[in-house]
Amino acid sequence: MKRFAQLLELLALTPSRTRKLAALTQYFREVPDPDRGYALAVLTGALSFRNVKPALLKDIVLREVDPTLFAMSYDYVGDLGETIALIWPHHGQQGDLPSLTELIGLFNTTSKSELPALIAALLTRAGINERWALVKLATGALRIGLSARLAKTALAEMSGKDLQEIEEVWHGLKVPYGELFAWLDGRGERPHVDQSQRFHPLMLSNPIDEEKDLARLDPKDFSAEWKWDGIRVQLVLGGGSVSLFSRTGDDIAAAFPDIVDNVGGVAVLDGELLVGKEFEPRSFNDLQQRLNKKVASAKHLKDSPAFIRVYDMLFDGREDVRTLGWTERRARLEAWFAANPQTRLDLSPVLPFADWDDLAAQRRQGADEHGHEGVMIKLRTSPYVPGRPKGYWFKWKRDPNVVDAVLMYAQRGHGKRSSFYSDYTFGVWKGNEIVPIGKAYFGFTDEELKLLDKWIRANTVQAFGPVREVKKELVFEVAFDSAQQSTRHKSGVALRFPRISRIRWDKPASEAATLEDMAVFVGAT
Amino acid sequence: MLLDRHLHIRAIDAYIDPSVPRERAIITHGHADHARSGHGSVLATPDTIAIMKTRYGEDCARRFEPLDFGVPLKVDDVTITLYPAGHILGSAQVLVEHEGQRVVVTGDYKRLRDRTAQPYELVECDLLVTEATFGLPVFQHPHPSVEIARLLKSVADNPERSHLVGCYALGKAQRVIALLRDAGWDAPIYLHGAMLRLCALYEELGVSLGDLRPALDVPKAAFAGQIVIAPPSAIRDRWSRRFPDPVVCQASGWMSVKQRARQALVELPLVISDHCDWGELQQTIRETKAETVWVTHGREDALVYWCQSQGLKAEPLNIQGFADNGEEGEA
Repeated sequence: MKRFAQLLELLALTPSRTRKLAALTQYFREVPDPDRGYALAVLTGALSFRNVKPALLKDIVLREVDPTLFAMSYDYVGDLGETIALIWPHHGQQGDLPSLTELIGLFNTTSKSELPALIAALLTRAGINERWALVKLATGALRIGLSARLAKTALAEMSGKDLQEIEEVWHGLKVPYGELFAWLDGRGERPHVDQSQRFHPLMLSNPIDEEKDLARLDPKDFSAEWKWDGIRVQLVLGGGSVSLFSRTGDDIAAAFPDIVDNVGGVAVLDGELLVGKEFEPRSFNDLQQRLNKKVASAKHLKDSPAFIRVYDMLFDGREDVRTLGWTERRARLEAWFAANPQTRLDLSPVLPFADWDDLAAQRRQGADEHGHEGVMIKLRTSPYVPGRPKGYWFKWKRDPNVVDAVLMYAQRGHGKRSSFYSDYTFGVWKGNEIVPIGKAYFGFTDEELKLLDKWIRANTVQAFGPVREVKKELVFEVAFDSAQQSTRHKSGVALRFPRISRIRWDKPASEAATLEDMAVFVGAT
Repeated sequence: MLLDRHLHIRAIDAYIDPSVPRERAIITHGHADHARSGHGSVLATPDTIAIMKTRYGEDCARRFEPLDFGVPLKVDDVTITLYPAGHILGSAQVLVEHEGQRVVVTGDYKRLRDRTAQPYELVECDLLVTEATFGLPVFQHPHPSVEIARLLKSVADNPERSHLVGCYALGKAQRVIALLRDAGWDAPIYLHGAMLRLCALYEELGVSLGDLRPALDVPKAAFAGQIVIAPPSAIRDRWSRRFPDPVVCQASGWMSVKQRARQALVELPLVISDHCDWGELQQTIRETKAETVWVTHGREDALVYWCQSQGLKAEPLNIQGFADNGEEGEA
């Protein structure tokens, strides 16, 4: 464990990517199986424990530490795992912790009733750095700024294998990756993975640059569709088996039994998951309700049935069609739908258009009349390429709405922004008072964050734990995609995807928007 | 009340560590958020007065009244005595006595021995005004020798790189140098220009720091394997580009929080503090036998809460002018 703790610390603190990569490569080269395999699983977020969760760790600490002092400390540190590691009050006879493999074994096999004593004993035995790593391991939230891709890049460096090849086999592998390392070490065959039955990294789009791209691109080479406001999913249909993945490859099937139990055929499909009856998509808010639940409730299944609006196909049956152009894939997809009638899947319609001006007009009309987020533009000849390749898929979002709102409350951020007041609640005028309409925590630079933090500290009216109420004097220009009626906010309005577009240091609060001004935005969706 | 919440001793009209110019000031130590220029008269230890004159100039106050540790000074019917606080050279706690009532204002202090500061002495009192820079139970400082060993190991492991240690110019820099010397590092230690005068002053006042050199006019390659001490603001600045592939270190009690170290782009955080940690604050409050505790300068809420849970009278003092975060001011 000591070695792994040192690696974690170095990864957390070294700003240089090269140095991180070198440390990872050295680790994978020197540490034996299965420790290095478990380390890889931890670093890529592939590991989770049934009974060891952040809440359990917190319970264990709260048996030893006054809850008020814990809350104050957590507020200050801004990272639960680190707070636990730092606040643990017992430092008994320190010694080496079990190896990573042994620890993971203990976490998986110890009974629920014995876990608290086990973990408390480990926390007491660990030195500060191992304690930190132990808590990170147990809570699963590393927050060390490491991407899974960097870990895989280190595997490529270590073995001389191509990164793409590693990515190809990755999703069919099982922790602790014995087969993978055997192959990387040149001791074994390349792991066999049924390519048609696993998650494949998604193809993503680039925002269009209206001035540069539209002049350069010939509309005849492109196809257009609406940009759907749901979540991107990949549906892997294997005849008897069905898997549903989020865009990052997380299996979300358990939350959407209404889809999983009602689809058939063999294919890998790409589309947008939406909720609504009879393929009539409802607002993202309604979908959010279901996303918040790991397992769907009966009420949700009845009131907010889910469906997938499919727009691409990666495998037709067991045949990989990713190298075909979009036009051919679309033809395959339509033929597949004809042969496999579906009740929970429909096709994202193609949007005919004459030229870019025509499409721009449709995009505006779609936004105004149906609340569409914008349009997608896809090169007809483009293969399906994972990642964000240039020149194939473009998103053309409708112009954001903006409103001038007044900062009301600020809350400390977490992780890299711990101790900075970085989460902002803002509002608009309702008569003589300001009522909240939303919350945002990005859209500003680090420099601006420092200035805002300073302003907030100097203009605090009241503090409630981690939240400060400030003088109602600072105006933000807030951009947002849409506004909806909401019972959650006192104002009755909720913003979708709000972000700070500008800080209006110059603008007096009296000139900020009113609730009446918001009505036009709510009407638009 | 002998002392009010602005640390004003009414009977003799003197303020302790005032943030604005006052006719009469008692200064606990030379850090900028405690010692300011422009007072009428300054009562402080001779070392603190020397530090103030070095930093702010000979005429930074109209009059200086040096007072040695442990020597009672009677002003009317109030007696002032300074006791070592162990924070930096010359740092003092102020004992104010009046008609049998004893009040101690700690200034900044630490309990751990440090050869660059006169060692802390416990002073029993009725009212204790304590700092709380590290007043949260997450602060449990390791022994500094452990941290210095980590620094020296990193130097040994990375002979081609230089180590740039961010330290406040007054106190922390000299302490880190002394700790390095005591751990056997006798190579020259290179200094940022902002450190030179104060290190020379420490030497003059009897704190030996070994071979110190300005980090100037030395070819870049010569810094490989060397240790350079600079203010925190300089270590990520253009100034640091003169060093080969530096390992950015920072010596501060804040460095125990890794997320803080990450924010500050510190690659090797060294948890070396000149303040009490949570356990030492509790220990001190108990040992002074104070019945009333005023908490200032830092994370007051948690310490006030703890004192009250121990049956003590406690309240926070929100004194203007003290840095809210140790990262910005000197600590």
